[in-house]
Amino acid sequence: MMRKVFEILENDARLTPAQVATMAGVSEAEVKKVIAEAEKEKVIVKYKTMINWEKAGDDRVWAIIEVKMQPQKDVGFDALAERIYRFPQVRTVYLVSGTYDLAVYVVGKTMPEVGLFVSQKLAPLEGVQGTVTHFLLRRYKEDGEILHPGGEDRRQPLS
Amino acid sequence: MGVGEPDFSTPWNITEAAIRSLEKGMTMYTSNAGMPELRRELAAYLKRTYGLEYDPNTELLITNGVSEGLDLAVRAILDPGDEVIMPDPGYVAYPAAVLLADGVPVQVPTYCENGFRLSGNDVRDAVTGRTKAILIGYPANPTGAVMEMDKLAEIAEVAQKRRLLVISDEIYSLLVYDMQPACFACLPGMKDHTILLGGFSKAFAMTGWRIGYAAARREIIAGMTKIHQYTALSSPIMGQVAAIEALRSGEPEAQKMIDEYDRRRRVIVKGLNDIGLSCFEPKGAFYAFPSIKSTGMTSEEFAENLLMEEKVAVVHGNAFGPSGEGHVRCCYATSMPNIEEALVRMARFVQRHRSV
Repeated sequence: MMRKVFEILENDARLTPAQVATMAGVSEAEVKKVIAEAEKEKVIVKYKTMINWEKAGDDRVWAIIEVKMQPQKDVGFDALAERIYRFPQVRTVYLVSGTYDLAVYVVGKTMPEVGLFVSQKLAPLEGVQGTVTHFLLRRYKEDGEILHPGGEDRRQPLS
Repeated sequence: MGVGEPDFSTPWNITEAAIRSLEKGMTMYTSNAGMPELRRELAAYLKRTYGLEYDPNTELLITNGVSEGLDLAVRAILDPGDEVIMPDPGYVAYPAAVLLADGVPVQVPTYCENGFRLSGNDVRDAVTGRTKAILIGYPANPTGAVMEMDKLAEIAEVAQKRRLLVISDEIYSLLVYDMQPACFACLPGMKDHTILLGGFSKAFAMTGWRIGYAAARREIIAGMTKIHQYTALSSPIMGQVAAIEALRSGEPEAQKMIDEYDRRRRVIVKGLNDIGLSCFEPKGAFYAFPSIKSTGMTSEEFAENLLMEEKVAVVHGNAFGPSGEGHVRCCYATSMPNIEEALVRMARFVQRHRSV
C-alpha cells in the first residue's frame, strides 16, 4: 500500500491525497498518514517538477565527470565524496563500480566554467587520482521519461 | 473512450526481438500450427500460470488473434443449426462468428445486479437438444465483469451434465484487479471439454501483431488446424517471434500496464458514480459499463449526444446485445488526463440533461 502511494506520487506529485486514495483503492486518511510519515522520515525527499530545460531555451552546460579516487582509511570514499557533493554546481554524485569510483554530474554556465571547476576544485582535491570530463550533448531520456518526440497516441481508426 | 485497445505501445523488448528477427531475415511462413518454439513457450506458460498441461505438438494452435481462434473453433465444432449459448451483453463477434458457421447464437441475459455474470441456472434453462457449446468470455467485454472459479464451476456443471463443449475466450485473463486470473480449463474434468482461446493483444499491448492461440484436446485442435491451414496458412512470423519474447520476459512490463489500468479503473468508476451514472465495479479487462438510465435517454441517444455535444466517445450498450441497453461502455485504456477530462465533460452533459 505504501509502495502504491509512492508509485502514484512519483509519477505526479500534484495529486491530492483524495485522488491518490482513489487510484490506490485505500482511504484518504491512510494516504495522508503514509505521506506524513514518509515526509518525516525523508522517504519522500522532495516534490519536484521535471523540466525539459533544453526545450525551455536554457543553454547551461552539463558534464558527467568520472572521478578516480584513493579510498581513505576508516572512511573509505565517503569523506571525499562529501567534499565533492557539497559544491553547489555538483548536482548528482554516485559511487559506482568499474574503472572509476565516482560519477559526478556538474552544471555550469559555460564550458570554460565547468572546465575551471574540474581543474581548480575537483582534480586538486587530496585523494583524487584522476578525472575524465564528458560534456553532455543531448538528453534522450531522463529518469524514465523520453524527452524527444514519441509517446503520442498512434492508434489507428478501425474502420 | 471508444475503442477497446491499449493506449500503450508494445513493450520495447518485445518489439526489439521482432526487429532483430527481421534483420536476420526471418520473414517466411511458419509451421501451420505456429512456431514450435512458441508452442513450447506457451505450454510452459500455461503450466506455470494455471498448472495446465497441453502437448505443444498436438494440443496448441497459434492463430491470428483470438478473433481467428474463435472463428476456427465454431467452424470446427458446429453442424448447421447447432446452438451456442453465450452471455448477453457480450463481445460483438460472438453471435456473428456463430452465424457465419451456420450455427444459432442463443444469448442469455446477464444483469448488472449479478455483476453481469452468466448464471448456471440461466444456462441450464437455455440448453436444448441442439445445444453444442457454451461460449464465455471473462473478464468480459463490454462489462468488465469477471467470473470467479465457483461461478465458472456452475457453468462447468451444466456443460458436463449436458455433454457440451465450452469455448472460453480468455484474451483479458491477465487484466484482472484484486483477484487471480481464473481459467475455465482448470476446473476438474473440463480441460478436455474446453477450447481455451487466449492471446497477446491486450495484456502485452500487441493488438497489431495479430497473435492468439487455441488450446484444446487433440481432435479439436486437429480440426481447427485443418481450417487454419487453408484459410490463414500460418500466423505472421514476426508476431510469433514477438510473442515468444512476451512469454519469456514480457510479464514485468505487462504488470506495469495492469497496475496503471487498475489506477485508472478506480478513478473512472468513482468518477462515474459521482456523476450519477451508477457503475458496478468491473474487476477485469479495461471497460467500465455504467448505467445511463437516470438520464432518461436510450444508450444510443446518450452515446450520440455525448459525442456531438462534448466530443467524448463511448459505445452504446445495446451494440453488445439487447441486455446492454441502458448502459454505455467506457474504455479506460487511455491516459489519466484524458479520463479526468472525459469525466468533467460527462458530468456537464449529465447535469445539463437532467435539468431539462
